[in-house]
Amino acid sequence: MRSLQVSNTRETADEIGAREEASGPRGGSGEPEPIDLKDGIRAGLPLVLPTFAIGTSFGVLAEPEIGALAAIAMSVIVFAGAAQFASVSILAAGGSLASAVSAGLLINTRFLPMGLAVAPALHGGPLRRAAEAQTMVDASWAIANRGDGTFDRQLMMGATIPQGLGWWGGTIIGAVAGSLLGDPATLGLDALFPAFYLALLAEELRDRTSLASALLGAAIAIALVPFTPPGIPVVAASLAALLGLRR
Amino acid sequence: MSTAWLMIVLLAAGTVVIKSIGPIALGGRELPPRLEGVVARLAPSLLAALVVVDLFAGEDRTLTVDESALGVVAAGGALVARLPVVAVVAIAAAVTAGARAVL
Repeated sequence: MRSLQVSNTRETADEIGAREEASGPRGGSGEPEPIDLKDGIRAGLPLVLPTFAIGTSFGVLAEPEIGALAAIAMSVIVFAGAAQFASVSILAAGGSLASAVSAGLLINTRFLPMGLAVAPALHGGPLRRAAEAQTMVDASWAIANRGDGTFDRQLMMGATIPQGLGWWGGTIIGAVAGSLLGDPATLGLDALFPAFYLALLAEELRDRTSLASALLGAAIAIALVPFTPPGIPVVAASLAALLGLRR
Repeated sequence: MSTAWLMIVLLAAGTVVIKSIGPIALGGRELPPRLEGVVARLAPSLLAALVVVDLFAGEDRTLTVDESALGVVAAGGALVARLPVVAVVAIAAAVTAGARAVL
C-alpha cells in the first residue's frame, strides 16, 4: 500500500524510526537521536492549514448558535472537532442539553479504544498518564501510531501542538469574521472534514490487513448509521481491527 | 449558566474522563503480543469509519449522498497523486463547491 501513502507530506513514526536506526551506532554517524517533542511538532505541521480551515468552518457554523466566545471556548476546552460539530448542530436544531451532550460524548467514545492503544506508551503514575492522554486528538494519535502495535508518546504530544494552534486559530477567525466568509456549504467546507480523515487514513494503509480493516470498518459504520445513535457506528468500527489478531 | 455553556462544560468533562479511562486502567502494562496487530489496525478502522460517517450520515440516522462525495473522491485522487494534505483538502472543498454551483 506504499503507493497510497502521502509520506512526502509528513514524516511517519516508521520513517523517524528508520532514520534513528540509520544514525544509530551501527550507522556510525554519532549519537542516535531520540524522538522528541520537536519531531512530533514537525510531523504535525503539514496538518495545520487543513485543521485551521476546518476550525474556521466550525467557528462560522457555531457563532450564530452559541456566540463567538462560547464557540472559541468550546474549541479550547473540548478540542474534538467531530463532537463539537455534532453537539452544536443538535442544540441549533432545538435539541435538549442532554441529547447535545450525549451525542458529543458518544462520538468521543472512540477515545476509549484509542486511549487503551496508547496507554503503554505514556509515562508516570495514573494522574500523569491521564493528563498525557488529554493531548490525544485524532491526527496526533494517528501520527504516533508506529504500525507495530505501539505508539510514540513524544510524537503524539508534539503533533497535538500544531493541531491545537490550527483548531483554535481557525475557530477564532471563523467565529469573529464568519459573516464575511458566507455560507460554508456553498464554499464546500463540509467536505474538508472527511477529506482530512481520508488523508490521515492514507498514511495508515501500511499492508493488506490494514486495508481490509479500513474497508470493514467503513462497512460496519455505514451499516449501523440507520440503527444506532451518532457515534456508535464509529466505535463499533473498531471491531474491524480484530482482523489484525495474531493466530 | 446558559444551555450552550453547560453543554460545553459537560462535554469537556466527559471527554476528559473518556480519554483517561484506558491509561488509568492499563497503567504501564504492555498489551498482550497477540493484540499488537489489533492495536495497529485500530487507526485504519476508526479513520475509515470517520470518513464514511462524516460523508454519508445525515440528520436523524439517515444516509445521504450529496456533492461533498465528489469532493472526497477528488481528494482520494489527490492522495494517490501524493499531493500535500493542504492541497488534498483544498481540492475536496473546491470540487464540492464547484459541483454545488453547477448541479
